[in-house]
Amino acid sequence: MDKTTKVVDLEKVVIKFAGDSGDGMQLTGSQFTDTSALLGNDLATFPDFPAEIRAPQGTVAGVSGFQIHIGRIDINTPGDIADVLVAMNPAALKANKKSIKKGGTIIVNIDSFTKRDLEKAGYENSPLEDNSFEGYNIIEAPITKLTRETLKDSGLDGKSVGRSKNMFALGIVYWMFNRPMEQTEQFLKKKFEKKPEVVEANIKVMHAGYNFADTIEALPSSYTVLSANLRKGTYRNVMGNQATAWGFLAAAERANKELFLGSYPITPASDILHELAKHKNLGVKTFQAEDEIAGICSAIGASFTGSLAITTTSGPGLALKGEALGLAIMTELPLVVVDVQRGGPSTGLPTKTEQSDLFQALYGRNGESPAVILASSTPANCFDWAYMASKITLEHNTPVVLLSDGYLGNGAEPWNIKSTKDMPSITPNIATEGEEYLPYKRDDRTLSRKLALPGTKGMEHRLGGLEKEDITGNVSYDGDNHEKMCRIREEKINRIANIIPKQEVFGKEKGDLLVVGWGGTHGSLYSAVEKLQKEGLNISLSQFNYINPLPKNTAEILNNFKKIVVCELNNGQFVNYLRMKNQGVIFNQYNKLQGLPFTTSELEDYFKTLLKN
Amino acid sequence: MAHLTNKDFTSDQEVKWCPGCGDYAILRAMQKALPQLERNKEDFVFVSGIGCSSRFPYYMNTYGFHTIHGRAPAFATGVKLANPKLSVWQITGDGDALAIGGNHFIHALRRNIDINILLFNNEIYGLTKGQFSPTSKKGIKTKSNPHGTTDEPFSPSDLAIGAQGSFFARVVDTNPKLMQKIFLEAEEHRGTSLIEILQNCVIFNDKTFAPITAKEVKQEAQLIVEDGKAMLFGAENNKGLILNGFKIEVVTIGENGITEKDILVHNAKEEDPTLHAMLARMRPPEFPAALGIIRAVNRPTFDEGLLAQLEYEKENAKFKTVDELLNSGDTWEIEG
Repeated sequence: MDKTTKVVDLEKVVIKFAGDSGDGMQLTGSQFTDTSALLGNDLATFPDFPAEIRAPQGTVAGVSGFQIHIGRIDINTPGDIADVLVAMNPAALKANKKSIKKGGTIIVNIDSFTKRDLEKAGYENSPLEDNSFEGYNIIEAPITKLTRETLKDSGLDGKSVGRSKNMFALGIVYWMFNRPMEQTEQFLKKKFEKKPEVVEANIKVMHAGYNFADTIEALPSSYTVLSANLRKGTYRNVMGNQATAWGFLAAAERANKELFLGSYPITPASDILHELAKHKNLGVKTFQAEDEIAGICSAIGASFTGSLAITTTSGPGLALKGEALGLAIMTELPLVVVDVQRGGPSTGLPTKTEQSDLFQALYGRNGESPAVILASSTPANCFDWAYMASKITLEHNTPVVLLSDGYLGNGAEPWNIKSTKDMPSITPNIATEGEEYLPYKRDDRTLSRKLALPGTKGMEHRLGGLEKEDITGNVSYDGDNHEKMCRIREEKINRIANIIPKQEVFGKEKGDLLVVGWGGTHGSLYSAVEKLQKEGLNISLSQFNYINPLPKNTAEILNNFKKIVVCELNNGQFVNYLRMKNQGVIFNQYNKLQGLPFTTSELEDYFKTLLKN
Repeated sequence: MAHLTNKDFTSDQEVKWCPGCGDYAILRAMQKALPQLERNKEDFVFVSGIGCSSRFPYYMNTYGFHTIHGRAPAFATGVKLANPKLSVWQITGDGDALAIGGNHFIHALRRNIDINILLFNNEIYGLTKGQFSPTSKKGIKTKSNPHGTTDEPFSPSDLAIGAQGSFFARVVDTNPKLMQKIFLEAEEHRGTSLIEILQNCVIFNDKTFAPITAKEVKQEAQLIVEDGKAMLFGAENNKGLILNGFKIEVVTIGENGITEKDILVHNAKEEDPTLHAMLARMRPPEFPAALGIIRAVNRPTFDEGLLAQLEYEKENAKFKTVDELLNSGDTWEIEG
C-alpha cells in the first residue's frame, strides 16, 4: 500500500485492546502479538479478563482487556500504561481511564456510545463530549456500522456479523503500526477451516479496518517498531502455562519417564492441563480427577509406580492438596506441584495475579514437612523451572512446589527455542532388580532414598504416612527415631543448596540499595532497576527462583548493601521468610495487593525515595 | 513362574488387629487366594486409606501403599494408569470409603477403572474408637451420638449401582471359601470390582451382623447367589425367590403350587441393575441377605480407553519428539 502518511519510528509501544468479554479482545490481542513477534519485536503481553465468562454486556464488570508491549529494545513487562487504547464500548473506556497515557491515542467504536450503552457503563453524559479526555487523541470509528456495511452481501446472520467487529479494530491497529495482515489471514483460514464464509468475512472486515485507517485523516501518523536486538536463534512466542507444560515434557523425555498429570480445572492453572492433554502422542497421561485431592493423590500413585508425576493448581487447590503433599514428603516420592498463584484468600481474585501462596507452599502442612520451593520468573523461563523442578524431584526423591502466577501463566513473550539436548541430564534415583533393597537407606551425599517400582521382582515393600523407621522403612512410633527422621527430611532439602547455582546480582555486587524480588515480579523490578542504573543511581537487583533451600550465598549478598528492599505482590511473605533466615539484617518492604503487577514507575519512585533518605 | 503359597504373601510385620477381629479372616483368605492367580508376586499392589482395615497392606508381602483417609481410590487410579499391567487392590472401610472418601469411591466406580475394592463394612468407626459410621444402623447409640443416631445409613450396593458399578459382590467374614472365590472372580473382572465384606468389629459393634452370620440362623438368613442358578436357600434348600409384580418374595417349594421352575435364576451379567439392586437390599428377617457375586457386567474400562487413545495418538502424531513440538507453529530466525 502506498503510504503518504508520516511514519514515526518508535523504540517501544504499549497497546491495549479492551471491550466486552464477548468482543474477542483476547483473540485480537494475541493476533497482534503473533504478527509483531514474526516481525522480530521483543514483546510481553498481559491479558486482563473478568472472572465471569460473560458478565452483563456493556458493564464495567464485563470488560476484558489484552495489553501488549512491543519494542526494538529489551522488553521485560507488558508495560505500565498504554500508548494506544482500543475501546469497543464506553465501559471499556471507563475501566481503562487510568491505564492510558496522558495524551495517548484512543480508538473508540463510536457506534456503541448510545445513551443506553453510556448508562450501562455508568456514564450520565458521553465522556467524549465533556472534557474527560481532553488532550487525548480520540479516533471515533463507526466500527459496528462499517462492519455491517462491509458484510451486507455476505449472507451471514446478524450475530456472526457482530462478532467480526474485532477484526475491524485489528485492521486499524495493523495500519497504525505498519503490520502486515498475512499472518492473521492464515490464522483465520486455519481456525475456521470448515466455514469459508466466516474466513472471508473476517478477512474482509480486517481489510476494511485497515483501509479505513489509511483513509481518514484522524490518524495523525502511523508508527513502526523495528526488530529487537534479540540473540541469534530460532524464536517463537510462548505463554507461561504452555512453557511450564513443555518443560515437563522435555524433562520426562530426558529422564526417560512417562509423564503423568493428575489435575482438576482451576483458574489460572487449567491451561497447563489443556496443553498436556493435547500431547498424548508423546506418551503423556493426563487425568482430570474428580477434585483437587484426587488430582494430587493420583499423581502420587503414579509416582510410586514410576512416572514423572505432577499436579497443577492454584491457591485454593493447594490448600486442598496439603495433606497428600505431606504424604509425599513422608514417603519421599518425587512429585511436582505447580501452583499458578492468584489473588487470595478464599476464592479471592481468580483471574488476577498475586504472589499469594509462598507461605502456604512453605508451611501449609501438618508437622515438620519441608518441601523444595521453586519459582518461575518470566513466561519463557517457566520452561526451565518446570524442567529443574522435575530434575530435583526425580534425583532427590522429594516433592517440589513450583510457584508460577496468573501474570506469568497467561503472559507471553518471544522464546529463543531450547533443545532438549541442551538441558541438563536427569538421573532418577531408582533401585535396580537384584540389588539389596532397604526402602529408607540413603545416599550419603544427598540423603535421598531409592525408589523400587511395583513390578520389580524381589523388592516388594510397603510405604505409608505413618512414621518410618530409619533404613528399613517399617512403621515406627519410637520418639528418638521420629526426631531423627524429621531432621533427616529437613537436612535432605537443605543439601539441595549444594547443587544449585549461586544467587546472582544484576548490577554492582556492593552498593547502596539492593532490590530483592522472587518469581513473577522479575520483569517490572528489572525494568525499574535498569532505568535507575542508567540514571547513575547505585542500585542492584537480586531476583530469587530458589526459595527453599535458598542459594548458599544469600546472606553474603544481603550483607553487601546499605539498604535492602524486598518487593512482593503480597503483604510481605518472602521478606518475613528472609528475616527469619537472616536475623539482624534490616529489610525494607514494598508490597502491592491490587491483583495487578507492579508498574515500573511506582517502583522507580519508591526506590528513589529510599535512596534519598 | 514360581509356584507361590500363602506364606509368600505374608509379610514379616506383626499383625496388630484386636484378637477376634474379622480382618484376620479376610487377610488369610487373600493370602490363600492370590497364589491361585498364578501371577508374579511383584505385580500386586495393595493400596489403602486410613482405618483399621487400611493397615492391611502392611501385612501383605507385596507392593503396598497405606495412604491418607478416604483417598485410596485416587492413589489406586494413579498406580493403575501408570502401569496397567499391575493387579491393583484397594482396601477400605465404611468410614474411609463412604464418609470422607465418598466422592472418590463413586468416581472410581463411574469410570470403571480396573481395580478391586475390598470394602470392610463393620458399620462403625474402629480406629477412632467407636463413633457411628455412614453404614451404622439408624438409632445406634455411640460416643458421638449417645442418644441414638438420626442418620439414615448408606447402602453400599445402591451407591455402587447408582454410580454404574460393573461388579458388586458381598460376602461375610465368616465364609473364607466364598471370600477366596470372590477375590479371584473380582480379579478376573475387567473394571472396578467392589466387594462388600460384612466384617465384625469385636470391640465396638460386636455381633452387628449376627442376624445374618450366627450359626443358628445363617442357613435361613443367607442366600448365596450363583450366576445361572436358581436362587434357593434354607436348611433344606427349599426356599427361593420369585418376582411378584415389582417385588421380590420368598416362597417355599411345594407350598402353594410352587415348583423349582418358578424360582428366579440369578443373572449377574444382566445390564439392567434393577433386580441386582433389589437382591442386594434384602435383609433378614423378611429376606435372606444376598451373598456372592450379585452383579458382573462388561463395560469399557477407563484404563483401556486411555491406553487406546495413547496408542492412536502415538501412531497418528504430528510430533514424535519434544523438540519437534517446541519448533512447531510460527517460528522466526534472528541472525546474530
